[in-house]
Amino acid sequence: MTANTHPQLLVHDKADNVGVVVVEGLTAGTDMLCVCTEDNSDFRLTAKADIPIGHKVALSDLSAGDTVIKYGEDIGKMVGAAEVGGHVHTHNMKTKRW
Amino acid sequence: MAFDFSQDTVKAWRRENGRVGVRNHVLILPVDDISNAACEAVANNVKGTMAIPHAYGRLQFGEDLDLHFRTIIGTGANPNVAAVVVIGIEPEWTKIIVDGIAKTGKPVEGFWIEQNGDFETIRRASWKAKEYVQWASELQKEDCPITDLWVSTKCGESDTTTGLSSCPTVGNMYDKLLPHGLYGVFGETSEITGAEHICEKRAANPEAAAKFMKTWQAYQDDVIEQFKTSDLSDSQPTKGNILGGLSTIEEKALGNLEKIGRTSTYIDVLEPAEAPAKGPGLYFMDSSSAAAECVTLMAAGGYVIHTFPTGQGNVVGNPIVPVIKISGNPRTLRTMAEHIDVDVTGVLRRDMTIDQAGDSLIEMIKRTANGRLTAAEALGHREFSMTKLYRSA
Repeated sequence: MTANTHPQLLVHDKADNVGVVVVEGLTAGTDMLCVCTEDNSDFRLTAKADIPIGHKVALSDLSAGDTVIKYGEDIGKMVGAAEVGGHVHTHNMKTKRW
Repeated sequence: MAFDFSQDTVKAWRRENGRVGVRNHVLILPVDDISNAACEAVANNVKGTMAIPHAYGRLQFGEDLDLHFRTIIGTGANPNVAAVVVIGIEPEWTKIIVDGIAKTGKPVEGFWIEQNGDFETIRRASWKAKEYVQWASELQKEDCPITDLWVSTKCGESDTTTGLSSCPTVGNMYDKLLPHGLYGVFGETSEITGAEHICEKRAANPEAAAKFMKTWQAYQDDVIEQFKTSDLSDSQPTKGNILGGLSTIEEKALGNLEKIGRTSTYIDVLEPAEAPAKGPGLYFMDSSSAAAECVTLMAAGGYVIHTFPTGQGNVVGNPIVPVIKISGNPRTLRTMAEHIDVDVTGVLRRDMTIDQAGDSLIEMIKRTANGRLTAAEALGHREFSMTKLYRSA
């Protein structure tokens, strides 16, 4: 019963366009319970890939050049595309520093 | 309603200079690398003492030598240390270390190997070490306010769960205890990159803000620009960070900075291994982001308990300072629980608040101060890594 109330995805800030998978073994097609830690609001999103714990999920369609927002702050830029519910990591995003 | 920890006490040792220590080590401390063998022989002769071998101390000069002396003296001077036997190859630098530690008022004596050899040095130093360890074993603990502790922080093998759970747990502890007189410190200069504009705003005064930005910029200019071959993406984030889901230094830095909580502000910026001198409160220390180096520098600055958030599972410890590990990553708790002291996985499940997690960390700080061995202590992690600024002469 608790499995239904534990989120699969956490989002820091309302302004963020990515969230973090917080469970192991998440598979494509999972209807995720997503919680924004800023105000405990929740929403649902379907995972488009098998995404490991700790990895990021796009909350909207992202394309190359878009700024990735987490903690309400700029954490880098997309260098490839990610559809909503897709995996965002070093294969499609990069630092703006260094 | 949150608990009020400000009046809590712990049983600890009040040292000659008034500082509070939570461990009672007798150290056999080498001035230089070639005195390691003699120190280890003395520690083998006299049970209950500990040698801290290290890699440096010869032919260093300038700022790098100052840092070496500051680190060794600060380690001996730390309130977790009751007494120190110092051994060097020759008398002059040995005396510098002994005199530096003696300012605390604790027992310290130096020995040197030239014109004595290892055998005679070990014989004399062993007698002194036995005297010290038997004296230290009778020192009594007393009730000390929890806010007399100096508590440092640095995270390691971070992932996205540290920014969500274990780092804000440390931040919550600082927000609760710093206003009542605790000393705190954070650092990791390179790892603030991407959040430096936020860190600048968390200074308590314009001088500290300017000093922080100068320190951060100096690292960018003097180290990264001088030595980088492509970019730092192969080191910062680390390969472990990336496996854990962190993609960029900006993302890592924003999670890192969660360790200073919501309301805490830093009052000054310290050199590596420098002791704070502007009273109680939070400090930033210019320091490496490598775990063992950073904890070693903070211990040399006088901090007696270290709080260490980890995501993927950094296993670091320190010879003289208990390192409390905090993790919110359920996979890490499942696969390497023997390393974790405070489990905050409930934060990710949303059945534990950051406020509750902060309280559980404060409870663990109290238990650790009262004598509970940390996971790192029980597992024998005694990493002592000195920071070296440039090549020796």
